[in-house]
Amino acid sequence: MSPSVRLQEMIRVIRGARTQGEERGVIQRECAAIRAQFRQADNGTRSHNLAKLLYVHMLGYPAHFGQMECVRLIASPRYNEKRVGYLGAMMLLDEKQDASLLITNSIKNDLSHSSQYVQSLALCTLACMGSAEMCRDLAPEIDRLLRASNSYIKKKAALCAVHMVRKVPELGELFTPAARSLLSEKNHGVLHGAVVLITELCERNPDTLEQFRKAVPELVLMMKGLVMSGYSPEHNVAGISDPFLQVRILRLLRILGRNNDTASDAMNDLLAQVATNTDSSKTAGSAVLYETVLTVMDIKSESGLRVLAVNILGRFLLNNDRNIRYISMTSLQKIVQTDHNAVQRHRGTIVDCLKDQDASVKRRALELSLALVSAVNIRSLMKELLLFLSSCPPELRAHTTSGIFNAAERYAPSQRWHIDTILHVLTTAGGDVRDETVPNLIQLITTATELHCYTVHKLYRALITDISVQSLVQVACWCIGEYGDLLLRGECEETEPVQVTEDDVLDALETVLQSHMSSPATRGFALTATMKLSTRITHNVDRIRSIVSIYGSCIDVELQQRAVEYNALFKKYDHMRAAVLERMPVIDKSSPGHTNGESAGGTIKELEPTKLTQEIVFPQEPSNQVCDLLDLLGGSGEPFQPSPSLSSTAPGPASSTAGGDLLDLLGGLDVTPAPPSVTVYEKNGVTLKLQTDTQTDTGMTVTLTATNSTDGDITGLTLQAAVPKSVQLQMKAPSGDVIPAHGLGQVTQTVLLNNPNKVSLKIRVRVCYTSQSSVCQDTVQIDSFPSTAW
Amino acid sequence: MLRFLLLFSRQGKLRLQKWFTPVTEREKKKVIREMTLMVLARPPCSCNFLHWRDLKIVYKRYASLYFCCGLEDQDNELLTLEVLHRYVELLDKYFGNVCELDIIFNFEKAYFILDEFLMGGEILETSKTAVGIAMEEAETLQETMEEYMSKPTY
Repeated sequence: MSPSVRLQEMIRVIRGARTQGEERGVIQRECAAIRAQFRQADNGTRSHNLAKLLYVHMLGYPAHFGQMECVRLIASPRYNEKRVGYLGAMMLLDEKQDASLLITNSIKNDLSHSSQYVQSLALCTLACMGSAEMCRDLAPEIDRLLRASNSYIKKKAALCAVHMVRKVPELGELFTPAARSLLSEKNHGVLHGAVVLITELCERNPDTLEQFRKAVPELVLMMKGLVMSGYSPEHNVAGISDPFLQVRILRLLRILGRNNDTASDAMNDLLAQVATNTDSSKTAGSAVLYETVLTVMDIKSESGLRVLAVNILGRFLLNNDRNIRYISMTSLQKIVQTDHNAVQRHRGTIVDCLKDQDASVKRRALELSLALVSAVNIRSLMKELLLFLSSCPPELRAHTTSGIFNAAERYAPSQRWHIDTILHVLTTAGGDVRDETVPNLIQLITTATELHCYTVHKLYRALITDISVQSLVQVACWCIGEYGDLLLRGECEETEPVQVTEDDVLDALETVLQSHMSSPATRGFALTATMKLSTRITHNVDRIRSIVSIYGSCIDVELQQRAVEYNALFKKYDHMRAAVLERMPVIDKSSPGHTNGESAGGTIKELEPTKLTQEIVFPQEPSNQVCDLLDLLGGSGEPFQPSPSLSSTAPGPASSTAGGDLLDLLGGLDVTPAPPSVTVYEKNGVTLKLQTDTQTDTGMTVTLTATNSTDGDITGLTLQAAVPKSVQLQMKAPSGDVIPAHGLGQVTQTVLLNNPNKVSLKIRVRVCYTSQSSVCQDTVQIDSFPSTAW
Repeated sequence: MLRFLLLFSRQGKLRLQKWFTPVTEREKKKVIREMTLMVLARPPCSCNFLHWRDLKIVYKRYASLYFCCGLEDQDNELLTLEVLHRYVELLDKYFGNVCELDIIFNFEKAYFILDEFLMGGEILETSKTAVGIAMEEAETLQETMEEYMSKPTY
């Protein structure tokens, strides 16, 4: 090989530059020279200039002026120029550049070149940066090459076809027959390309998948051949014969065997054989075993095989190689839902991995440990998790805390344990907890009525130790405000009581108030707590009065407002103070997404904004915050009387207000227990019937049927529905959107309703359709269903 | 499929970049910077697998060069370690005891070898010898042209 003198000389000069500025100077000079050369006519130095430019590009400097030169070089008849031209195209051009279109013709010509190396350049570039149009243009060429060429070209054409199918999925049909025939080739490169192509085709098209299931026996034989074959110097990697091909075949088998019993049966033996015979002392063998395990877990394999697979993963867990431990935990994560018990057996090893030095392994171990928490192992596992929390890397802390909280919430064996755990987390990693932790913890404390004394003692001790963790301080302040009297009483069953005076407690709260570490919210908590104590202590009310009046001129507006209001409470409303500041009632646990709990008082409920157009919650009270996807209420006017209990019968037909589309045409729809279907809407010749199909304790399936008795077809029929807040609605696809005239046909749509809270079920349906070229839109309310009520 | 393959030195200088999906120049620079930061920050004996955005990152250090590639969800990480190793072996065979300088001064050859081994993010040739043979024959073709032109290639 002749050395590339001028290019290498330039590289040497650039590397010799001592500063960034010097390097930039050299490169600017070179680029200027290159640009000048590009402008000149062909002088045999084009390829080396482009090569220099590509080097400069790799260093990070702009090189777009070389794009046209790439196009020119590709069109050159000389192989060396073509080679660099194509390399430049792959580095500098992509499908977004206009210049890439210009090389389509060159590629087309080169695909039929007499030299296979020129063909291969074109194929490579096409697979690297071929745009969708180029792929469509050249697909027939590729198909031709797939069938009739030597194996060197066939393998490249196969991967080029893969790229085309990824870019333009419709081309899959074109390549399917050729792909099938490629499976009988002997050359491993071609086989590998064929397997990749078939995998791609099957993933995108279920019909093709069906077709290729018939090839499973052939693939099984191929795999067996590889596993049982003797030593082949060409393909051997650490004792495994062509692991790359083996892994790809296993992956294809996985796709073919998924959800299909016959295919899965056909590969059971093979998978067992591979799992037992593959030597996993080196990475290559482990890679094959790993893929085998993934395949076994994904297809419908028999239970013995699954057990074998999980055991392999267990063995991997004990491997010294970190990579393999990581891999095994990733796989265990995937199967922990389905094969929970099998994974539980390895819990000890997984928990040990929490102590590993490596951050990736730690992360995997954490995920898996959190998934393995159950009512049985909660105590021991939580100990480990808390230990982990104290030494875990900062990027994992937030995740760990939220995981611990979730686990504690689900499986806490006792309230005291739960509170202890949360307090422990707050003291260890209070800065990384979620915002909802404080209200959640407060709610938990209020429900644990027997533990108020214990809790306030613990929190007081934590507060006097350290006031830097805001969440902890907030909860502590709140508790001291609420249960300060218990603290001062000086007796406690669960823990050693503190002997504090009122002054000590007030000192603690004042420290929080004055500390620069406290956030504004924390100070708010502290001030409110101080105020609450005014009804719970006896001697130092004056001190509280003075604190409160001082903060009446605080710069922080929130604090100032609170202080002023509390001041007023002291001065003008002293007779109400005791009532206002008495113990809080137990807070109901509000479900996520509702800002107010479901209290019996009929408070205004806010709507959750929803993303599904077909599932909307309508308020039970007049509310102007209607989620506007359906605009069911027309913005104002609420047909219902404000009444929190929905078990009352539906109020009379509503009067529609401005913009209201409420045409309540139910008039006279009473609950008739027996008939299977009831007409809910009849207008303009369109009839909508509702029929209850199935009914369970908490759900029902109804079918809406629309018929048309007019002379013309009804088109564009859509049905939308809304239900009360706690009911879940799912609408299946309608059978169509055209109702033929004269009652000759109908459109049906199934609706699934899930009513776990057993509220009175109502459904509001909006019907839209086009009849005789005019669009109609109506809304009906269905308050009772043609079946026994809940 | 592989999304990209990067080679960079211990100082973070890029020696080779191959992108298997269309990526803008800005995005490429961003990815390179993030990969370099992430991989160079790893302690010596750590796991070779990382998670970044929605990709799995596999990296391996050979002497002074880091080989780093991004995989999709379905890909086998352990096999990718073998892919990286195979590429190093191919370079070694071609250059004879390859070192970083070889790849710096003959980067276009490194690309040609890569293009014989991987294509479209997938493995093209699994045989150890076939890639070498293809390179030799292509070189012969090129030299024939050179002799004809009696000029050096670059």
